[in-house]
Amino acid sequence: MNRRLFLASLATAPVLYSAGETILIRNAKILTVTRGRVDGSLLIRDGKIAEIGASVMAPAGATIIDAGGGFLMPGIVDCHAHIGSDAINEGSISVSSMVKIEDVLAPDDIQIYRGLAAGVTTSNVLHGSANTIGGQCTVVKMRWGKPASQMIMAGAKPGIKFALGENVKRAGGGTNFSATARYPATRMGVEDVVREAFNDARAYQRQRDEYQTRLAKGERVLPPRRDLKLEPLVEVLEGKRLVHAHCYRSDEILMLLRAAEEYGFKIRTLQHGLEAYKVAKEIAKHGAGVSTFADSWSYKLEAYDAIPYNAALCMKAGVLTSLNTDAPVTQQRHLLQDAAKTQRYGQLSDDEALSLVTINPARQLMIEDRVGSLEVGKEADIVLTDKHPLSMYAKVQKVFVDGEEYFDREKDIRNRAERDARRKALAEKLKPPPAPAQKKGAR
Amino acid sequence: MRCPKLLVFLAITASLRAENFAIRGATIHPVSAPDVPNAVLVVTGDRIADMGPKAAIPKGYKIIEGKGLHVYPGMIDSASVLGLSEIGSIRETQDFTELGDFNPQLRTIVAINPGSEHIAVTRASGITTSVVVPSGGVIGGQASIVHLDGWTWEEMAVEKSTAMQMRLPSIEAGFGGRGGGGRGFGAARRPFAEVKRRYDEQMQQVRLFFEQARAYQMRKANPVLGFKPDLRLEAMIPVLEGKKPLIIVAEKERGIRDALAFAEREKVKIVLAGVREIDPFLEEIAKKNIPVVLPDLYQVPIEDDASIDEPLDIPGKLAKAGIKFAFGSYNIERPRNLPFQAANAVANGLSYDLALKALTLHAAEIWGVADRLGSIDKGKFADFILTDGDPLETKTQIKQMWILGNPVSLETRHTQLYDRYKKRL
Repeated sequence: MNRRLFLASLATAPVLYSAGETILIRNAKILTVTRGRVDGSLLIRDGKIAEIGASVMAPAGATIIDAGGGFLMPGIVDCHAHIGSDAINEGSISVSSMVKIEDVLAPDDIQIYRGLAAGVTTSNVLHGSANTIGGQCTVVKMRWGKPASQMIMAGAKPGIKFALGENVKRAGGGTNFSATARYPATRMGVEDVVREAFNDARAYQRQRDEYQTRLAKGERVLPPRRDLKLEPLVEVLEGKRLVHAHCYRSDEILMLLRAAEEYGFKIRTLQHGLEAYKVAKEIAKHGAGVSTFADSWSYKLEAYDAIPYNAALCMKAGVLTSLNTDAPVTQQRHLLQDAAKTQRYGQLSDDEALSLVTINPARQLMIEDRVGSLEVGKEADIVLTDKHPLSMYAKVQKVFVDGEEYFDREKDIRNRAERDARRKALAEKLKPPPAPAQKKGAR
Repeated sequence: MRCPKLLVFLAITASLRAENFAIRGATIHPVSAPDVPNAVLVVTGDRIADMGPKAAIPKGYKIIEGKGLHVYPGMIDSASVLGLSEIGSIRETQDFTELGDFNPQLRTIVAINPGSEHIAVTRASGITTSVVVPSGGVIGGQASIVHLDGWTWEEMAVEKSTAMQMRLPSIEAGFGGRGGGGRGFGAARRPFAEVKRRYDEQMQQVRLFFEQARAYQMRKANPVLGFKPDLRLEAMIPVLEGKKPLIIVAEKERGIRDALAFAEREKVKIVLAGVREIDPFLEEIAKKNIPVVLPDLYQVPIEDDASIDEPLDIPGKLAKAGIKFAFGSYNIERPRNLPFQAANAVANGLSYDLALKALTLHAAEIWGVADRLGSIDKGKFADFILTDGDPLETKTQIKQMWILGNPVSLETRHTQLYDRYKKRL
């Protein structure tokens, strides 16, 4: 813990431009993603984007930043990450909907800073994929240096992680049904776990509804016993909680869509969904989004039909599509480049490619009225790059979250010497004290 | 890019003997020399016959118009497991890690599956050659160099045995895990004294093995009656003679220090691979002219307090120190990202010129095949790509590829699935 706090202190030099400050960024190529490109200035006031235009008057007292002809783009939204959390798999039971990422947020995880340095400003932090129903996820803003309570993106719609396929059934022991084997061990069993859970949730929901009805009639009834496992599933049934489902193969994707339809709820996103392109029509019809990888494949059997054209094909089918990292599985520092890969595989336009890591994931998380594009009124989550952000040669220079500067490349470089010196000083302290001088001939 | 007619044409010609041809009007990036705009590239058989602004096209040669396009040498992956690994999680498809600590007799070339889907997928990124490196134990076996085309491994082979892979025992490994940030499940820590004792024992075994090999080398030079060849020790002779380099894989400071000391003591030629904590050794490596194969650059920084640019900044540091280096994928999933890694390295302090060289000419020089590979020069293998721009950018499309003068299909498992399911939308 001490080591982590020490590290955290190194990367949190005081911010240059702080909360609430009025900032005018001039001389920039502004890629709004939703409203084309504007060459000019962007004004930040009260943490929001106040104005975008070819020329914007600097209000009195505004701090002025010259972007030097660089590019401004919206802060990147990663729809699937496992950063900033101390534990992600409650590996005991296959329906662990009662557990919450919110309870294990680790704001001093260096991965937050690394993601931020690559332009990621919002992350959906999810449970792992050990369980069919993993637990409640949390959308965080990458406010590095702030306590966990201030990382959480207040007002973002709550979500829950589901998982299908190899990871879920692995605990079933595969072919050797050992003493520790856990149901399910097959994709058939995975469907059953989902249906059983929602069968229970529906019964619980009815029980609660009936209690409310009878209470309203003035009857004296005992409330049903509160069920923390089923409560979030009832929220799913009522459309109050978004389902983000880890999946790979087309059969299991279709299975989940049909199971959800049977119980009358929607799958918000299919996470990874590497074979989504095979059932893109069905996904579009259900209204689910797909959040996939750029070009990961072949690391396991269910990823053998993964193709880098998945995002392009899903988009073409009218599916709301994004790219995610699964960080630290792939890294947030390459998410922009992952978006750029859809230009090699699928020949997407600049705006289409950028939307995969900005406005589209924001829509999937239903926070698109707040982040995901550069538009007046939105939260000032902004990234400055030196070259076009879809170029492999681009480097993130500055990152703002809510109008506050959380990353500055020059400053990071300046701090490296100090960090190295402190590291060296610590290493010195670990060295054993010099042995006492020995007299000549004492041997 | 995926014009169906072109694919059919390529699929047919790929099986035929190379046809003499010339590319006219393209900008040629020879890598060994400045770019030549509006040039002519002449291919006779499997070799580049001529190249220049006014190279003559002999009668009967097929002419390919390359106006607005670019020719680059085929790229080289200097550390891969191509053909030795198909699906990461399935043991039955892994053939690069053998049991046992000392296996210099193992040859990667004979286990390369020419039917691997990864070959075409890697090729589609502009990579025409791969150095296939084993791992496992201390000495993992012999690396080979292959062309990413051929019906059999014999047809693919450029060099059946080019170097010996080795990983010295390490103290870090004894602790379980090599760092790398994140919050993984590290193995339980063992007492330092125990780890150190084990490490010393293993290092002693390595020294003994080299002694045995030297003794064998002498016995073989003056054989007595009843001398029986020993395949393991026999395989060490080219290493001891300095004819074949040892590829020593070492990530951390201690490992790199050990590798350098080992090479010094055993007087063997080495190539360092996978290096991460390189700063203290830049001068020494440069002075000793030791080439380096970069680590997979798509890894998280090696320590929590490492620079956010690590390991992307390593190529820049090596270049500044004057060390020759090449790119390697190591992982079956990522060879196709090698050109993008090179561009990332440019964004982190490497010159574009050296990035391209590290993917082509310098790689060929490190592996001793620069007489045949690595640049667009007269007399070299006709291994090159035709693109609509910089092959290190994702936006660029690779239009065509030739290996040994043969047009090679850029169709992959992925383009096939794409084409099939596109129709279902």
